[in-house]
Amino acid sequence: MVVIETPRSPRSRKSAKFERYGWLYMRFSGVALLVLIFGHLIINLVMNGGITQISFAFVAGKWADPFWKIWDGLMLWLALIHGTNGMRTIVNDYSERPMIRKTLNVALWVVCAALIILGTLVVTTFDPCVDSSVSHTLSVCK
Amino acid sequence: MPTKPAGTLYRGKTGMWSWVLHRITGVAIFFFLLVHTLDTALVRMSPKDYDLVIATYKGAIIGFAELGLVAAILFHALNGIRVILIDFWSKGAKYQRVMFWVVIALALILFAGFAPRHIANVIHDIELGY
Ligand code: HEM
Ligand code: HEM
Repeated sequence: MVVIETPRSPRSRKSAKFERYGWLYMRFSGVALLVLIFGHLIINLVMNGGITQISFAFVAGKWADPFWKIWDGLMLWLALIHGTNGMRTIVNDYSERPMIRKTLNVALWVVCAALIILGTLVVTTFDPCVDSSVSHTLSVCK
Repeated sequence: MPTKPAGTLYRGKTGMWSWVLHRITGVAIFFFLLVHTLDTALVRMSPKDYDLVIATYKGAIIGFAELGLVAAILFHALNGIRVILIDFWSKGAKYQRVMFWVVIALALILFAGFAPRHIANVIHDIELGY
């Protein structure tokens, strides 16, 4: 059975404030993500042969331009926090035992933080010359 | 005696189905993004392994799954805008049902533009021997 919290025991002021910011964040990040993700898919999946063009060289070409690094970085942060906060809503809706809810929510934010750190490092420290068997053909690596 | 409810924003009919679909697509995209951040991380470590993994993205099976991913993104993104309009636009709640069908129509049109191109790309790549 799904138990709905009784309205007579409202959330604390602090958690109500958090929920309100979360609610607003879902809407503002949603609008930004529409532009970022549609742009990402049009360039990577529709134009110039779509999926067939994707390779290390393709990414190196895009990330030679800071514009796409910032684009991807924004998309990474906004999408992971939006998705994790959305998953938190779902966990809160379906999990009945407080322990399970707490554990799942902590796991969600740990995964979110780990992937944001990983993805941010990838996009900021990207080096087209990591592999000598490829880099000798690239003028930037000489 | 009140008559049968016509369906409110979140319960019954379009309001409920759009919410169920929004939830399912959101979860699907979330899990894709977890994998996608990991596969993209390979680009920092080994160009060869990156290209190897990306080659599977061009194959028949994942190539087909990408159709599902795009359909999910199209619905979730457009319906997300509908949810935002319901919340912030004074007439949003009144037009929520019309907007649901606009979302479905737009998603179908965009998908119809995308799918044949994508299928052609995947088939072309398979013929090249990937
Ligand atoms: C493309 C642009 C996107 C838009 C416009 C958008 C919009 C929204 C909005 C407005 C909500 C709140 C719904 C509500 O409160 O009833 C939401 C929920 C959600 N979104 Fe997104 N979103 C987008 C992309 C994404 C992405 C990339 C992910 C995954 C990483 C995602 C996962 C979710 C999840 C899991 C929920 C919670 C669903 C629920 O509570 O039933 N969304 N989205
Ligand atoms: C099948 C469809 C997709 C393909 C082929 C694809 C391809 C790529 C490629 C090649 C990159 C490397 C950088 C670049 O080219 O910009 C990348 C990065 C990225 N993609 Fe996608 N993508 C797809 C779908 C998505 C979706 C749906 C999302 C959002 C939910 C997304 C989010 C990201 C993010 C956040 C990065 C940056 C990762 C990082 O900084 O480590 N992608 N994608």
